[in-house]
Amino acid sequence: MGVRFPVAIAATFALLCTLGASAKDTVKIVFIGPLTGGVAANGLGGRNAADLAVKVRNADPKAKYTYELMVLDDECKPNVGVQVATKAAADNNVIAGVTHYCSTVAMGTVDVYHRFGLPVVVWGAVLPDITYANDYKEIHRVNGTMINQNETAARFMATLKFKRWAIIHDTTDYGKGHNKYFTEYLQKNGGQILGTFGVTADQQDFSAELTRIKELKPEVLYFGGITPLGVRIRSQMDKLGVKAVFQGTSGIISDAFVEGLGPLAEGVIAFREGAPVEKLPGGRVFMDQYAKGGYSDDPEAYGPFAFAATTLVLDAIEKVGPNRKKVRAELNKTADYDSVVGKITFDDHRQNAVPLITKFVVQNGKWVVWEDSEYASGKRSLVRK
Amino acid sequence: MDLALIAQHLVNGAMLGVIYALVAVGFTLFFGVLDVIKFSHGDVVMLGAFTALATSAGLVGSGSALPPAIVLAAMFIAAVGGMAVFGALMAKFLVLPLRKAPTLNVLLITLMAGTVIREAVRLFYPQGSNPKPFPRLLPTGAWEIGEFTLRYDSTILLVTGVVAIVLVHLVITRTRLGLAIRAVAQDPETASAMGIPFHGTVLATFAIGSALAALAGVVNGLYYSEVSFNMGLLLGAIGFSAAVIGGLGNVYGAILGGFIFAALQTIGAVLLPIASAYKDVFAFAAVILLMAWKPGGLLAERSADRV
Repeated sequence: MGVRFPVAIAATFALLCTLGASAKDTVKIVFIGPLTGGVAANGLGGRNAADLAVKVRNADPKAKYTYELMVLDDECKPNVGVQVATKAAADNNVIAGVTHYCSTVAMGTVDVYHRFGLPVVVWGAVLPDITYANDYKEIHRVNGTMINQNETAARFMATLKFKRWAIIHDTTDYGKGHNKYFTEYLQKNGGQILGTFGVTADQQDFSAELTRIKELKPEVLYFGGITPLGVRIRSQMDKLGVKAVFQGTSGIISDAFVEGLGPLAEGVIAFREGAPVEKLPGGRVFMDQYAKGGYSDDPEAYGPFAFAATTLVLDAIEKVGPNRKKVRAELNKTADYDSVVGKITFDDHRQNAVPLITKFVVQNGKWVVWEDSEYASGKRSLVRK
Repeated sequence: MDLALIAQHLVNGAMLGVIYALVAVGFTLFFGVLDVIKFSHGDVVMLGAFTALATSAGLVGSGSALPPAIVLAAMFIAAVGGMAVFGALMAKFLVLPLRKAPTLNVLLITLMAGTVIREAVRLFYPQGSNPKPFPRLLPTGAWEIGEFTLRYDSTILLVTGVVAIVLVHLVITRTRLGLAIRAVAQDPETASAMGIPFHGTVLATFAIGSALAALAGVVNGLYYSEVSFNMGLLLGAIGFSAAVIGGLGNVYGAILGGFIFAALQTIGAVLLPIASAYKDVFAFAAVILLMAWKPGGLLAERSADRV
């Protein structure tokens, strides 16, 4: 007995080793985003893109591990986000995460990831504080922040000779952040703000605010918030005869925005960090693979970022093995990494330094890059008669 | 502020008031006859709007180039008729079986039913999570007098809402059905003893209330040109508050409450020096004060003129 037991262990161990050589170990990573609620379209697009990245890797015979994607829904609500983040972070089998579209949720969950030591890459939330208000080595971000976005937005709108703005923003961290940075940069560029209106994120009726704005006669209405509210405000502007140009943020760059407004979306302008996917070397490949994946929803604006974030995480695991600390250290070092959204380089706060901001305008029911649009060539005008 | 803008705010507020009143009347009718609070009412508003939307999508999708008036009529009939039946069914299978149970149970079961309706629309309507454009079928022109814009469609909707409210008033005060509803509201046992069919009357009341909710949903959709699966949440909360400040169980109270709430929101956004983000805080806080002042509502029900 005393002899046989160690022998049995040794035999089992040997067996396991041979098994390990033929079948790959399974490694789990988590995707978190809003899969239900008003911005679910963006969450589902991100989820599909992350899923695609995992499938592509699993189909690669050279991959060292088989990957499993755990998908959780944060509903774009901070309380739910903290709950699911804790669930993922407390699960030791989960090695890393690709997390959050909504800034308010990401703000709530960064502490959780730090506490449990789970390295994550943010794929869509743009509030600067997510990476800059802490020094958590676990938090990385592939998309840019609203600081770069609004700086470009203010400068660009000034070159179009607009002078007078009114601002509507939602009162979440996201909307307030946009208001703060846009106001700051607009004043530097000589723009004048006639009135600022905070609104709740689920407000239906804007007739009172818009009637006041009508009285102020701005040339541009800046909106800091996300798609559902943007659709309502643009639509009600038309009802009340507010003729200002509608300027949005990355939060309204979605197919849902154009679908929700129909012809009224024409001439809406907005800004997003990163180059448009179609123009990147890997972008075409991403779009083709996504189309082949048979997903029923569009990837939306941030799908490519979710794909890039997931691929980045998988590459780190491939390189250093399924260990949270090692993966974290590997992600921290990321520099000049080629991805579908361009080069990724993390700064000292693990924020991707994305120098490029792309300007978009809706033309014939599509978000078109400004430089390619008939608005830039002078064929159409943003100003409504 | 010049006169044109004041007029604009008044029209905006009146439109809101009509929508709120339509929702509030439902709450107050249900409470009147059965002493229950049906928390899924806001989601019935939403379901009505989506029924209309699906009807128009079906008609347009079938390729037949129907005139807008026909499409609009079909949408109204489908939404209002559909929700009347739906409301009666909810009363029959969810509310009436719990009649002997504590009223809290009805409140809970309808709260859950509301969540089921909301999530079902989100999941089963194509791309249901996104805000949906609502067809613009009303004439789009407007009278413009200086800064004042009065759109034809807003005017039509305003008139429709007011007519609906007047019709409900006439049904309740001038018809046999109305008499039966008032009798059941006052004393179900005595009413039954007098030969008034209790179940039938309750079902009819729920049908009327839900039809009004559907109308509110369609008016809301046509006014804002957009509907979403969660539009019923806030509308339900506001409709309920409006019914309570007016005096639960009193139809005129609900109408008054609806317009008061709309006025409070407009005042909150327009006249307060603080940011308009606080307009709902202001409106709901004012509701709390009103309730502290008149706990039974402004037009508190007397048993004699209940419903």
